[in-house]
Order: sequence, then C-alpha cells, then structure tokens
Amino acid sequence: MEPVFFILFGAIATGGAIMVVTRRHPMASALYLILTLFAVAALFVLRQAHFLAAIQVIIYAGAVVVLFIFVIMLINVPEDRLPVERTTALRVLGVIAAGLLILESAVIARRFGMPKLPASDSGSVEAVGRALFTDYLLAFEITSVLLLAAVIGAIALAKKKA
Amino acid sequence: MVQPSAYLLLSAILFGIGVVGVVARKNVLIILMSVELMLNGVNVAFVAAGSYLGDATGGIFAFMVMTVAAAEAAVGLALLIALYRLKETIDITELRILKW
Repeated sequence: MEPVFFILFGAIATGGAIMVVTRRHPMASALYLILTLFAVAALFVLRQAHFLAAIQVIIYAGAVVVLFIFVIMLINVPEDRLPVERTTALRVLGVIAAGLLILESAVIARRFGMPKLPASDSGSVEAVGRALFTDYLLAFEITSVLLLAAVIGAIALAKKKA
Repeated sequence: MVQPSAYLLLSAILFGIGVVGVVARKNVLIILMSVELMLNGVNVAFVAAGSYLGDATGGIFAFMVMTVAAAEAAVGLALLIALYRLKETIDITELRILKW
C-alpha cells in the first residue's frame, strides 16, 4: 500500500510546490503552500514519523503559513502593483541551474543505499521525545534561545520608530 | 515497499522547485515561501533517512530545521514589513538600498 500513497502524496506535494512558485498573487501561493505541507505531513506518516507529521501541520500549516497570510493581508499590495515577472536570460539560466541541481541530486540519491528495514517506530512520539530529552537536551534548550532571539528581532524590526 | 532513494528523489525535487522560486521570482513573499519549500524538502530527506536507518536522530534534525524555519519566517516577514513601510514595494529588484 505504501507505494500507492507515496506516489499520490508525492505528486500532490510536487504539484503544490510548482503552483507555489508559479502563481502571480502571493495569497494563491500561500494556499498552495498549505497543500504541499499537508502532503509532506502525509509522507511523514507513511514513514511512521507521527510526531513530526503532527508538528508539521501545527507549526508549518498552523503558524508559519498563517503568519504569511497575515502579512499578505497586512501590507495588501494592490493587484496592479504586484511585481511584473519578466523572463530575462539570467532567470532562465537560474531555472536551468536549478534543474541541473535536481538532476545531480537524483543521481546521488540513486546511488545511496540504505538497509531495507521495514518502517520502524523511530519516529514515534516516545522515541523522538526520549532522544530529544537525553542525547539532544542541550540542542533542544538552545532552540529556545533561537526562538527568543527571533521574537525579539521580529518585534524590534517591525515596530515603528519612536 | 518504497525504495529509500524515492524519498531522496522527492526531497531533491522539492528543494529544486524551491531554488527555482528563489532565483526566478521578484515577489519577496513568494521568495520567502520558496525558502520554506526548500527547508521542507530537506526535512523529507531527514525523516526518510531516520526512518530507514531506524534512528530517531533524523527526526530530531527535522525538528531543528522546523524551528529554524519558524524563526526565519518571523524575522523575514518582520524585515519585509519594515522594508514595505520604507519603500512601498515588495519587488526584490527595487529593494537595492544596500547596493552601491
């Protein structure tokens, strides 16, 4: 059953990602981003990483994209003042370079062998929580400092100059 | 049974689409969203590797990437609001006050 769902959700994630980068209005992009993030969460569930699937939906779809939508509505750029996308030689070159990057990673991925274990419970809440609070406790605690810095930075940057 | 390389391939595709968004778009909001896409592509590789190797470390790294992504979105959007207040545009080619 896994291959069917992998192809289904992989196609949804890829299609959503293509729509994110091709839509003209950022609001449409944000909605397609939610679609992609949900499809990736479903892929996490396929790999038995239930904790990360939940976190993916809560943090990404629930917090990050809401933040994006909030800012899109806050600055509310009129339709006719959105940046006009022109195809310049440099842009085409950039897209070709990105395509080569995908190709290169695909070649490396094909050579990358891993033992074919059935999906283990290493992504369960218990396993991740145990690793997070024993082996990676310091990194986990430092994460809070990063978030505090981000909060202070965001407030300092976005507030009006007194 | 899906091969591990299939997940890595999907991860590479998501990352590559994110790169296209960053290099080819002019809208700052869409560029920031493309960065999120790239981080998500990396997460797919981390989770797949962690699950195929039976090690929780892959999940931990994906967790850290999500934290960084959330912080990056908050600071990036705050910068965008400050810039919009200053220049009234979200066109990346017009935001060049640091360019000499």
